[in-house]
Amino acid sequence: MAIEVRIPTILRNFTGGERAVDADGANVGELIDNLESNHEGLKERLIENDEVRRFINIYVNDEDIRFSGGLDATLGGGDTVVILPAVAGGSF
Amino acid sequence: MLTIDQATHDAIVAHARRDHPDEACGVVAGANGSDLATRHIPMLNAAMSPTFYEFDSGDLFRLYREMDERDEEPVIVYHSHTATQAYPSRTDINLAQEPGAHYVLVSTRECGNGDGPFEFRSYRIIDGDVTEEQLRVLEAYTDVPRKREVPLPPQAGGTPNPTTSELEQ
Repeated sequence: MAIEVRIPTILRNFTGGERAVDADGANVGELIDNLESNHEGLKERLIENDEVRRFINIYVNDEDIRFSGGLDATLGGGDTVVILPAVAGGSF
Repeated sequence: MLTIDQATHDAIVAHARRDHPDEACGVVAGANGSDLATRHIPMLNAAMSPTFYEFDSGDLFRLYREMDERDEEPVIVYHSHTATQAYPSRTDINLAQEPGAHYVLVSTRECGNGDGPFEFRSYRIIDGDVTEEQLRVLEAYTDVPRKREVPLPPQAGGTPNPTTSELEQ
């Protein structure tokens, strides 16, 4: 079942400018593999060493997957996945 | 060039002074494509650090959902440096992920929590390239929100900005 994935501005060059795309997967890891098959290069921007990158946030509905199983967080019909880069920085 | 009204400018500086010696951070949202920073949203620095800032991930989600519902985008992303100049650090540059935003840095290294001198500077940060831009502080925006017919390209330089007279008409 298609799951809507919302894409942040900085990654829309991978989706032809689309703000949201559909993808499939029983969990977030599978969903990202499925995204990668249609939008090559996206996965590398999201995942590093089999984990979500430190400064990328992925939410299922409104929950950050860091608190709900990470890439194993399960997905079902009607779920929305939101990808947002962290807003962060430092003085050094 | 960043155009900003005096009240928003002052509110950002006040936030930076208040949170000193920790870094303060926030966003000024504006209508999509308007390039007008109209709605100041001070954010909590989840890192609570004098050398690092990060929006809490739940706050970040709610912020973007709210902007989406209001057809807004982050026109300004700001934070303070409390012991160094108002120039993007290597970390700031590496982590800058809003190519359409004006990145504002405020330095409170001289004023601390007080009323002393501060620095307020604005940059574009795109693909690791930093370009400082001119700052124009207006007394007020007089017709807000103002939508452009054509969205601004996410590029610094060569971007037409409304002139003061256009804004004040």
